[in-house]
This record gives sequence, C-alpha cells and structure tokens, in this order.
Amino acid sequence: MAKQFLKGNEAVVKGAILAGCRAYYGYPITPASEIAHAAAMYMPLTGGTFVQAESEVAAINMVYGAASAGERVLTASSGPGISLKQEGVSYCAGSELPCVIVDIVRGGPGLGNIAPEQSDYNQVVKGGGHGNYKVIVLAPNSVQEMCDFGMLAFDLADKYRTPVYVLTDGFIGQMMEPVEFPEPIEKIPEKSWVVKGTDETSDNLITSIELDPDDLERHNQKLQQKYAIIEEQEQRAEEYRTDDAEIILIGYGIVSRILQTVVDKLREEGVKVGMLRPITLFPFPTKSMTKLAKSAKFFLTVEMSNGQLVDDIRLIIEGKIPVYLYNRMGGNVPSIKEIHDEVMKLMRLS
Amino acid sequence: MNTILKKSDSFYDVYERRPGADKLTTTYCPGCGHGVLHKLIAEALDDFGVREKTIFISPVGCSVFAYYYFHTGNVQVAHGRAPAVATGIKRAHPHSVVISYQGDGDLAAIGTAEIMHAANRGEGITVFFVNNAIYGMTGGQMAPTTLIGQKTMTSPRGRTVNNEGFPICMSEIIATLKAPVFVERVMIGDTKSTMHARQTVRKALKLQIEKNAFTFIEVLAACPSNMKMTPSRSRQWVKEVLADYFPLGVKKDVSGEFERKDLSRMVVKNSELHDALNIETAKVDSEKIAPYREKIINEEIKIAGFGGQGVLSLGTVLSEMSMRHNYEVSWLPSYGPEMRGGTANCSVKISKKKIGSPLVANPTILIAMNRPSLDKFEHDVISGGLIIYDDSLIDRKPTRDDVDVIAIPATKIADELGNTKAANMIIVGALIEYKNLMSQEVVLESLGDVLKRKNLVELNQKAILRGAEFIKNLKK
Repeated sequence: MAKQFLKGNEAVVKGAILAGCRAYYGYPITPASEIAHAAAMYMPLTGGTFVQAESEVAAINMVYGAASAGERVLTASSGPGISLKQEGVSYCAGSELPCVIVDIVRGGPGLGNIAPEQSDYNQVVKGGGHGNYKVIVLAPNSVQEMCDFGMLAFDLADKYRTPVYVLTDGFIGQMMEPVEFPEPIEKIPEKSWVVKGTDETSDNLITSIELDPDDLERHNQKLQQKYAIIEEQEQRAEEYRTDDAEIILIGYGIVSRILQTVVDKLREEGVKVGMLRPITLFPFPTKSMTKLAKSAKFFLTVEMSNGQLVDDIRLIIEGKIPVYLYNRMGGNVPSIKEIHDEVMKLMRLS
Repeated sequence: MNTILKKSDSFYDVYERRPGADKLTTTYCPGCGHGVLHKLIAEALDDFGVREKTIFISPVGCSVFAYYYFHTGNVQVAHGRAPAVATGIKRAHPHSVVISYQGDGDLAAIGTAEIMHAANRGEGITVFFVNNAIYGMTGGQMAPTTLIGQKTMTSPRGRTVNNEGFPICMSEIIATLKAPVFVERVMIGDTKSTMHARQTVRKALKLQIEKNAFTFIEVLAACPSNMKMTPSRSRQWVKEVLADYFPLGVKKDVSGEFERKDLSRMVVKNSELHDALNIETAKVDSEKIAPYREKIINEEIKIAGFGGQGVLSLGTVLSEMSMRHNYEVSWLPSYGPEMRGGTANCSVKISKKKIGSPLVANPTILIAMNRPSLDKFEHDVISGGLIIYDDSLIDRKPTRDDVDVIAIPATKIADELGNTKAANMIIVGALIEYKNLMSQEVVLESLGDVLKRKNLVELNQKAILRGAEFIKNLKK
C-alpha cells in the first residue's frame, strides 16, 4: 500500500514536484503557509529553488520570470494575498505564461479571519485582475486530489500556456488523509517560446504589451479562442447518485464532501437526491449541469460565500428550473443537518 | 576600420518589432539617455561574447520597448517588478546574463520593495537604473528623484520638501546593504562622463558573468522632451544640476574579495524523487490486520484539550494506525490562533466506507483532556456514544446518562511513566482496547514510523500498554 497520511497543503507540493515543478516563490499566509513550509523543505532537496519573497506582488513576478524561463513554477496564498497577486496573474495571462497558483481560501473581506470560506470564487474564476482573461480553476475536495490536481494543473498550464489555479478552502488545505503518490513524470514538455539564455531562444520575446488597438484586439481574440477550446475540452465534474435524482445539490471543495454525506442520509430516507460537484470552475461544467437540469425539479447550491457560484449556475440554467442557494459565511461551515433541513423545506415548497 | 561604425551585434540590424515604417531608428528622443546606455550595454555584450546568453528585462516607461532593439532573450514586465522577474529567470538559468533595466519611477517608487530585496538577496543580476528625475513616457510627472523646486505635471509649482519629501538617493541606499558587490552612480552628460559610464557598465556585467555578483548602476540621464530643453541644454543640466544633488561615484565595491556565487542546483534523478520527498509507504501486515478486515467501523471522534497536551497528535496517531488497518480515515484540526495556547481540538473519522464530510458535529467518541473541552462537547455526543475523559485533570463527571463513560487518570499515569506528555498515548491505548478498533501489536510496531520524535517511541509504547491495561482492569 503506497499510502502516506498527510495534509492537503503538503500533498499539493509533493504532487507539484512529481509533476516536474522545481521552483516556488511565495509569501506566508494562514491557512496556506504549510505549502510554503513544504516547498522550503523539498524544493532544494529535489534540485529546485525556493524563495520567500518580500511580498505577494514580488512572488507572482518571480513566478512570471521562472515561467518565462520555462520552469514549472508554483506559488500559493490565501484571499488577501491573492488580491495582491492579481496584477501579476493578469500579466501572466497576457504574456501566456504557464504557472500554478494555489489559493487556500479564508474568510473575508479585508483581514476577515483564517477560517475556511469560498469567497474567492469571483476573484479567481472570473480572472480577477485587469483585462480580458480567464484562468483554469481546479477545485479539489480531498488530500488525494490536492496531489493529483497539483500535477494536472501543470499539464493544463503548459498545454494551454495559461495560469492555472488550484482553488480550495482552509479545510482541504489543513486536513490530513491518506494519499497515494504516483511516479514522477519523465520530463517536462519542451517549450520553444521561452528564454533560456541560449542562441536559439535569443529571438524570443515574452510580453503582454500591444500598443496598436488592432494588434491588441487580435491578441485578445486569440486568448478568447483559447478559452473557448478550454471550455469545450476541459470541463470536469463529479456526479454522485444523480441517476434518478429529482433534486441536485451542487457544491465544490469541502462543501461537496458534506453534500455527499447529506445525499446518503436523504437517500436512506427515500429522497431522490444527487450531487453535482464542479471539479473545474473555469471551464464551468455546463454540460453536466444542463443535462441534470432536464430531469431535476430543482437545484440547491451550497456555498461558503455570499452566493458566487450560484450566479454562474443561474446563468446556465436560465430559469428553466429553480436554483436555490444555501450559504454560510465568515468561516462557518454548513452542517449536514442544516442542509438536510433546507432540502426538506424546499421539497415542501416545490 | 569600417567595423568601428558597425552597429553592435547585440542590437537587431533592423528593428522589425518596431511598428510603423521606420525600422532603423529608435523610439528615443534626441538627447535621451536610454539610447546611449543601450549602446554601452550592447557593446559590452558583444565584446564579452554573451549576447546569446543574455536575457534583457524591459520595464514600464520609455524603455518598455528595449526589446525592439536588443537581439537577446527579452522579457517585458510589469511596472516596478523587473528585479523580481529577474530573480525567477536567473535562478532558472544560472548561466544566463540577466539585465534588469528600470527607470526612476519604476525602481524608486512603485518597485522599491522589489529592488531592495533583490539587492539584499544578492541575486546574480545586473541592474541598470536610469535616473532622469521625471516620468517620461506617462508625460512628465514627478519622480521620486525629481529635485526640490523642479516643476512637473504633478508638482506644477515645483517639488516641495513639505509635500513630497526629498529626492531619494537609491545608490546610497543600496550600498548600505551587505549583499551588493558593486554600486556606482554615473552620468551621461558629456563625452568624458559617458566614456566613464562605459567602463562602469562593462565592470558590472563582467562581475555577473564571472562571479554571479549583484551590481547596481545608477545612470543620471536627460529627458529633454519633458524638461522642455534642447538635447545639449538637458545634458548640461544633468551635469550641473542633477549630478549636484546625486553625487557621482562608486558607492560600494567589494568585487575584489567577492567570491563567485554558486547558483548551481542539486541534480536529483527521477528514481530518487520519492525518497527525496520523504514519501514513505506505510507498511501493512495483512496477517495481523486480518481479524479487522470484516469489522464494521464508523467512528466519528472529537479530541479536545489544552494546546500542548498532544491533542492533535493523538488524532494523527489514531489516523495513521487506522490507515494501516486499511480503514478510510480523515483528520481535521481546529487551526489558527487556537493552536497557540487555549484549547485545541481535532476531528477524526474512521470508516470502512469512503468518508464524506470530515467534520465531526456529533461524535460517537469524545476524548476530553480538560474541563473546558468536556463542557463544550459533552452534549454533542450521540446517544449511545462514548466519552473518555482525563479525571486527573477534570474535576467533574459527565452528566449524560445515555452514553458510556470512561474516566481515566491519563495525566497521572503519564507522570508515573515520567513524562506528562505521554497522556495522549495512554488514551490511545485505552480507546483501542475498549473498542477493539485495531491490532495493538500493529500499533506498537508502527509507532516508530509514525512519531516524529524517535527518542520518545519507547515511552509511548509503554503508555499505550498502560492505557490498555487500565481498560483490562476496568473490565475485570
């Protein structure tokens, strides 16, 4: 049994290193700091580099440099730090630089608190910085997926030359579960466009500036085409007991773990309920969602935010069936009982 | 002698990246310092034979388009961030020659943090800092280096000390740091000073090429367009006015004694990676765990006590042992300020089925190691559940009559063993024995793999046995 018991925040670093990542630039913040701790421990031992940057802004720009140089590079933070990084993420998106950013979301706004929340959804899934861009967003709900998505994120980042987020909450970062670690990848893909300090790369240019409006529009159109391909090809979602489900509960991250238990409990009571868990938040899993909307009486979205995911679901469902929201904020986690009771209430209403 | 007039090979012959019809001249105004400094850098790259190895970082400002001209690897970056980007590049390719080129707003205002810390880390890069006391590209606003009384678009009545403070002297600041190897302020004012600047540029680049040294060259230069001066008048102003406030000269030079900085990285084979990452495979003795294969287990455990009582590690040990019995398991701490003094708690779920929510709201088992924990969680325990509490520390009995209760003087027994901190393992031993959750033999054998402090393994094994013994005596 090749299993190791460890924290989500540590698993994502080990996964990243197995995926060929050899550079970490970051700034400490609770509840993401163990990612920096693990990177500080393991990057130098595996032939990588680790720098605790002077700021989140500097960290993401070091990432920009490493990605320009062709490295698989990782950074991580939590809400307030992600807000600071957004400038650099926009530059990475504009310059089409692959990199991986982990966001272990805490309570906001402002300093908020360090308890788990999902309130970074909008600032991450919608791009977040200035300009017309999006980023791929993976939403793990287990320590195993922290490892697996730590690897997958780099493949997607390189495949589409885009920043990729691993977005999850304080609980998934802090919890421990057994993880099976895969073998490392053979080698990272060749990138002809990077600068390496070699003759063959001395004509390469990494930039996001296009002064001419027509050129910049063309660049933007190219980005939008890329996002369209990503939307077509990379949607991921998990369906749980949805086969005959009349009620669909929707949630990601720690919420999806709670929903799974709620579904089991309601099923025992004879309620035909299932769960849809978006694994990619961009691209949004519209295919699963529209399919399930055909047979469901209503959706109930459960979120640890003011209702950010639910907006996207309502856009997709276009009023065809009711899409309800049950949410908690401030670091409170909805309990099994709360969600169970909410479903029962909504069943009586519908 | 024709070669003298030849453009540097480190420049493109034709500036194809430049939009518009003119592909042969630069975008810089007559009299501007950038063009001259570009030329000095390009010549040095040629002469040192490092064009191919060079990666040039263009900032925001008039030199944003340096990549039109330099036939090197080029990276254009955000305002103020060049030294951070340079850090990422140089560490990826230690053999490369990384030039971080910035203006005064870029380096001395919005990018103050990045330059200070890149300098302080002694990154193996060369920084060229063009100080012309004004924001050029954005249209003549005040720079951090704008002189007192100097009129700009954002200091229309002249810069005052009262409102804007003093012009900032970056070279002097950088020279106070320990890591920089060579710091000098030069100017592009007249031929003589330009020729001196040429020598300085070469020295700085050479120090990177040979020693991976951090060097910082401030170049006083003119911005005739925004100063509303003729090119020659503006250079005169640099010489007479700007250099008067910003004294020229070497601010720091330890290049003689500086030993080459080794930036090479460890080489680790893929086959060694799991070991390097400390990925250990938990050993499972399938024969010894066989009696537990069919066991129906669905425990939701809340463990709570003071920080320092080993509450979290009680949970992780139970979890690690559960994993070694092929149970599904999750561990979730209360994290944050609670860790630092006060109460700590964690939730452990152990099941034969895949675990949904890792949160424990209504535990089947409560382990309370202090009074506040018993007070807080007693009423959450499910009917028919179990409360284990340390009655050497808790001065009241649980009030519930619908649950099993074990009062165990764990701290007292631990003290008898010679280490109060073993109280948590006494409870592990008791719980395993009481619930027959897992093989005691496997637990004792695996303890060495699980505990971080190897010198405490024997003590903790004893503690587990004492906990089990306590239960056996109870059952008698």
